[in-house]
Amino acid sequence: MKWRYLKQQLFLVAVRISALIIAVAIGGFLVYIFVNGIGAISWEFLTQPPRDSMTKGGIMPAILGTFYLTAGAIIIALPLGVASAIYLSEYAKGGVVIRVIRIGVNCLAGVPSIVFGLFGLGLFVVFLHFGSCILSGALTLGILILPTIIGASEEALKGVPQTFREASLGLGVSKWQTILRTVLPNALPGILTGSILGVGRAAGETAPIMFTAAAFFTAKLPTSIFDEVMALPYHVYVLATAGTHIEETRPIQYGTVLVLVALVLGVDLIAIIMRSYIRKNKGW
Amino acid sequence: MSRKVKEIIIKNIFLLFALISIVILGLIILFLFMEGVPIFTVVSVKDFLFGTEWCPTYDPPEFGIWSLIVGSFVVTIFASIIAVPLGVLSAIYIAEIAPPLIKEIFKPVVELLAGLPSVVLGFFGMAVLAPWMQETFDLPTGLNIVNASFLLALMAVPTISSISEDALYSVPQEFKEASYALGATRVETIVRVIVPSALSGISTAVILGMARAIGETMVVLMVAGGATAIPESIFDSVRPMPASIAAEMGEAPFRSYHYHALFATGIVLFFLTLGFNLIADYVSHKFKEVGSATL
Repeated sequence: MKWRYLKQQLFLVAVRISALIIAVAIGGFLVYIFVNGIGAISWEFLTQPPRDSMTKGGIMPAILGTFYLTAGAIIIALPLGVASAIYLSEYAKGGVVIRVIRIGVNCLAGVPSIVFGLFGLGLFVVFLHFGSCILSGALTLGILILPTIIGASEEALKGVPQTFREASLGLGVSKWQTILRTVLPNALPGILTGSILGVGRAAGETAPIMFTAAAFFTAKLPTSIFDEVMALPYHVYVLATAGTHIEETRPIQYGTVLVLVALVLGVDLIAIIMRSYIRKNKGW
Repeated sequence: MSRKVKEIIIKNIFLLFALISIVILGLIILFLFMEGVPIFTVVSVKDFLFGTEWCPTYDPPEFGIWSLIVGSFVVTIFASIIAVPLGVLSAIYIAEIAPPLIKEIFKPVVELLAGLPSVVLGFFGMAVLAPWMQETFDLPTGLNIVNASFLLALMAVPTISSISEDALYSVPQEFKEASYALGATRVETIVRVIVPSALSGISTAVILGMARAIGETMVVLMVAGGATAIPESIFDSVRPMPASIAAEMGEAPFRSYHYHALFATGIVLFFLTLGFNLIADYVSHKFKEVGSATL
């Protein structure tokens, strides 16, 4: 009897310690990045381009580049993802086609980010002659976040009660009008939440833009979608690995990391808060 | 145009959109093969996969990726050894044990971990863990298997945790009640009833977590060290496949054999993760719980 009790206590301790390790790891990590990075953050750092072969100055072009790439990715992925989810949630009735589409979405979600990079290089940069530029990078990132958008949109659409559809159809409204006027507006908050998570993902990815959009350094700001850009994640990678001033530029590196982490986690946090708000205040 | 015809057209337009994921997967395969296959004019498939010399810039070059494949598997296996217990136990904590308030805080924390950009973890490994490890254990380099595996584990934990948690939640309430009615304690119910019932979901979680680790690029690129040899100790450097592609693509001349070899490495990596995903899909459907009536 005593052994039975002891075993259970041991299990509970193991479970609690696992949770604690995860919480401490992420908490410690964030605090460490904040403490080391905050010193580098200044108005100049956020609004000036790098100077003296990137050992001084700011990271404004990288912030701007990440903004362009992410905005492009979401513009591409959102309509495609929502349309795809509408079919899966509203029209599909089971069967082989649906099964295959679902496996396709799951497999696309599992493709390694570097393979997206190779694909973007092969299709957009080389085959379509876009070259390494904002357009190629945004398309590659858009494809990367497509499964995220599809998944979130489908969940949001499925969350709209069946009675809403029946009421609309019962009034003689066509199926398409029902989807457009009744289902989509009610699913919109959920779809947006999922898209915001997609934005966070796209902003933090490095491997897919290495060969398709990102530049080590650009003297000018981009003026068209066919220009190369600097991007925050790639900037972190470049500063930390390439160059002769790795130790000297540590403060800039920590500062860039802090900006990137704050940006990505800030976006994710907005999505998480929005989601729990929607769940609590749903009127149905 | 009658209303019915219009509805059918609209439905089929949406079907086309839904097929886009399949089309993209097809395009990925097409372009990987288009740019990767030419390497097999200078090296056989067998020599490419199992050759132990990766010297793409030598004269004559050697294109054997066996050490890269081994590197990928070694870091993935060690990452899983860390991430599987952490992920599954933390899922049990969230689903069954945590008080509501802690659960409300802990779940978003795990989600934030999932959202952390990999380059940031790679940077942390390079700037903080590597020097610390090198000094503490008196190693030639801190950029090695242990360091990379630890960071990969952090990336795999959220995947494993959140999918396991869903599986635990979907265990019917009756199972728990039946177990309690027989006099089992909470822990016995969790270990003997809930976890076994959720096992297919937990297996799926583990497979997808491993798939995430094997395909992860920035961490292994920055932290694994990059040595192209079969490792002999866990403190050796390795060069997993994604690291090799990311590090060398920038230098490989356009459409040289080196360039084609990197695409061919991409083919191997793609089908490896595709395999993991298909297995996960199979496991989750084959052994799916459909309510309490199935047992």
